[in-house]
Amino acid sequence: MTEETLLRAEHVNAYIDRTPFAQLMGMRCEIKGDEMTTVLPFQRKLIGNELIGALHGGAMGAFLEITAQAQVYLMTDLKTPPRTINITIDYLRQGRAQDLYARAYITKMGRRMASVRAEAWQESRDKPVTALMAHFLVIDS
Amino acid sequence: MTSDPTLSPLQLMQQNLDFITAAIPWGRQMGFRVTKVERGHVWGHQPYKDKLIGDPKTGVIHGGVITAFLDNLCGAAAGSTPDDARFVATLDLRIDYMRPAEPQRDILGEAECYHVTRSIAFCRAWAYHESRDKLIASASAAFAINKARPLNTMVKS
Repeated sequence: MTEETLLRAEHVNAYIDRTPFAQLMGMRCEIKGDEMTTVLPFQRKLIGNELIGALHGGAMGAFLEITAQAQVYLMTDLKTPPRTINITIDYLRQGRAQDLYARAYITKMGRRMASVRAEAWQESRDKPVTALMAHFLVIDS
Repeated sequence: MTSDPTLSPLQLMQQNLDFITAAIPWGRQMGFRVTKVERGHVWGHQPYKDKLIGDPKTGVIHGGVITAFLDNLCGAAAGSTPDDARFVATLDLRIDYMRPAEPQRDILGEAECYHVTRSIAFCRAWAYHESRDKLIASASAAFAINKARPLNTMVKS
């Protein structure tokens, strides 16, 4: 089990490292066993509204989508990252010009589909900035 | 950008298409542009770029690019409906991915604001290569409409 999760963690890290879009965002993930926290360090290019200095909703949404996808990838034995079927993003608070963190929870792992929930926060985890609901296809194509 | 006070936000958007995305650093990273605006309806263009790839094996653009693109098009469609200048903020956004975008090809998008109340704008959007008959993704979003503000305060000078 331990060896297996370690191996999965390597898969997930390799996926983040070799995906140009994840690199453009500058995100990274910290995996401890089956628990993963992703980090999106603040950068000026992630801003969506210069006037109020807020993070772009699309950037936060993409960060949460990759977080949810990586969590599914971590918990399955898929050869390639799961494909997204759909996502719903809730914008709860304004994303400030600070680092953003996220965690994903698998609500249901089916044979073909996985239902996942993810939340992003900044100063405090009980004040989520953005939440995501997503469905992924968990079969290798 | 001109800020003729006699112009409506819609007219201002139509005369300064690039101004709609100019104040958005993440939009500049993606490289998308608004190409046409009518009241409650906007069209846009998202070029293919290597740095936006989500799957290095196939060269397919990441879904997150489409998220930002359709979010912004919906926001522009919502912002084109009031008679005075207002910021809109995304409340929620749902995206359905129908098929992967084809590698090396630009993506076209279209957003429509189909209902507006005093405080909320409801929008739909589509992403495709050729036409809405063959979709890459569709989106549906709700926006909170903020208080009116002077037009010349909408961008950093």
